[in-house]
Amino acid sequence: MQKLTLGNALIYGLILFGGLLMAFPLYFMLVFATQSRETIFSFPPPLVPGSIDQIVSNYNALMKMTDNTFWRVFYNSFYLASMATITTLFFCSLAGFGFAMYDFKGKNALFAVVVATQAIPAALNLIPFYLVMNLIGWINQPRALWFPGMASAFGIFLTRQYIQSAIPRELMDAARVDGSTEFGMFWRIILPLIRPALGTLGLITFIGVWNEFVLQSLIFRSPETRTLQTLIRAISGGTTATNVDYGGLMMGTAITVLPLLIIFIFTSRQLITGLTAGSVKN
Amino acid sequence: MNSQTTIKQEFHFGRFYTRWQRILAPYVFISPFFILFLVFGLFPMLFSIYVSMTSWDAISGLGGMKFVGLDNYRFLFLEDTAFWNSVKQTAYIALISGLPQHLIAIPLAFIIHTGMKKMQAFVTAIYFAPFVTSVAAIAAVFGTLYSERSGVLNWLVLEVFNKIPLLNSIIPDDPIRWLGDRHLVPISISILVIWRYTGWNTVLYLAGLQAISQDLYEAAEVDGASRFERFRYITLPLLRPTMFTAFTFTIIGNMQLFAEPFLLVNTSGGVANSGRTSVMYLWDNAFNNLLFGDAATQTWVLFAIIITLTIINNQIFARLRND
Repeated sequence: MQKLTLGNALIYGLILFGGLLMAFPLYFMLVFATQSRETIFSFPPPLVPGSIDQIVSNYNALMKMTDNTFWRVFYNSFYLASMATITTLFFCSLAGFGFAMYDFKGKNALFAVVVATQAIPAALNLIPFYLVMNLIGWINQPRALWFPGMASAFGIFLTRQYIQSAIPRELMDAARVDGSTEFGMFWRIILPLIRPALGTLGLITFIGVWNEFVLQSLIFRSPETRTLQTLIRAISGGTTATNVDYGGLMMGTAITVLPLLIIFIFTSRQLITGLTAGSVKN
Repeated sequence: MNSQTTIKQEFHFGRFYTRWQRILAPYVFISPFFILFLVFGLFPMLFSIYVSMTSWDAISGLGGMKFVGLDNYRFLFLEDTAFWNSVKQTAYIALISGLPQHLIAIPLAFIIHTGMKKMQAFVTAIYFAPFVTSVAAIAAVFGTLYSERSGVLNWLVLEVFNKIPLLNSIIPDDPIRWLGDRHLVPISISILVIWRYTGWNTVLYLAGLQAISQDLYEAAEVDGASRFERFRYITLPLLRPTMFTAFTFTIIGNMQLFAEPFLLVNTSGGVANSGRTSVMYLWDNAFNNLLFGDAATQTWVLFAIIITLTIINNQIFARLRND
């Protein structure tokens, strides 16, 4: 048991203060989302959320700013993140299963390649990625962003770890005696058993794709295909714009950030464990 | 007789199939990764080596490529001062946004790990939450907080901190130009970066701390070591491998910093290009000026710089290990 000394009190005070700093921008996002543009930029600025009327008015402003495409754009983001999540879960666990439960020639070298690709700086692929997508005509196509990444190294690493630690190989032999094919084993036996790992990987993938900004602004170049990230960028027009309705804009950012924050509140432990397990071990 | 052979053949085919699908299965299962990596990872990168030796606007199709040899590299090293300025700003922002993250994260993780039992998950989650926010959305919020005339930060500085005795002697009386002064732009960008990634580093260090045997701490406590002594003589040395990993992540990530400065100061790069990182510069060259050859060259030189920095980091940690 820690004694409550002056030093300890100071340390916990600092940690509390740091936590407030972390919450500070998120709190003001909510305040701004419920205040009018005039109030946001008055001096002193608003420190508490506004009225229900103002929320409705900001919501209407957001719809007007986006020509009523906001929920369409929200759907685009949802579709992209969902496609990425479903395909990642399937192809990563399939490969993770291959690496975890079989001995085959070249296995260690091939796995080393998988791990090594994670070390390639993402910026190195920026221009090449765009050029290839341009050549094959996938600009403005959502598949440009979920298809290439559906067998991610991170996901393979994570599922392999889990399968190795959670599933005995004897299970496979038993299934083979019962006449199961190799894929049948994966589909009927492994997938149901690795649900916790799938949950973690699914969460990480969905959040990552939902929030990803750089590649989305490379690929989605027309208003119809926009995602939330590129829409917010477009309607904020940079921080130098003076004619933007910030109440509406902040309403948009709140609707973008809040769903994930709420999911995070309920799953933070699982998410954090998964993220560190997949990153630190290599 | 006839039916018997059919059965026999089927049986043989069945055994053949069972055997081969078992041998080939793992290769088939792991193949999607390798196919996708070859098509969307390796090939584009090799292609971009060739692009870096051409003059190309990409919109005229492959036919519009003009081979120029090493001209782009010559230009980059001898004449492109804007690129080297962007490297300088990137390294500067990488340092002032990277170092504080670790200086906060290491002791924070230590305190969370050793001194908090019930609150551990909650405190970790609060510090980690910024990591799951969208950078586009949060940059818009920061832009509003930074507002010069009427932002919350300047209100705090002018109306709150300035009213506190003693503190007011070091606080300026004029609004702080967070995004309007070339000395402040890198700092304002860094605040956003530190806010977003300190929690991520804390979590990395927490994972490293959990790998350190609890017995060591207990033995030290029996010997009467204070909390600071335990941190200094047990945690820090044993945390070195984690520090190496986390430093490497920060170097690689920060040298490619793009979204945060891009969203905060816009494509222009901010006052006197003080907020223009190398990736912003090559992005501008490719997508606004259609100089894909130059952009590819800049990408590869930046890659070489990142590799060099990680090697230096590696050497420093190797030397620490030997001491």
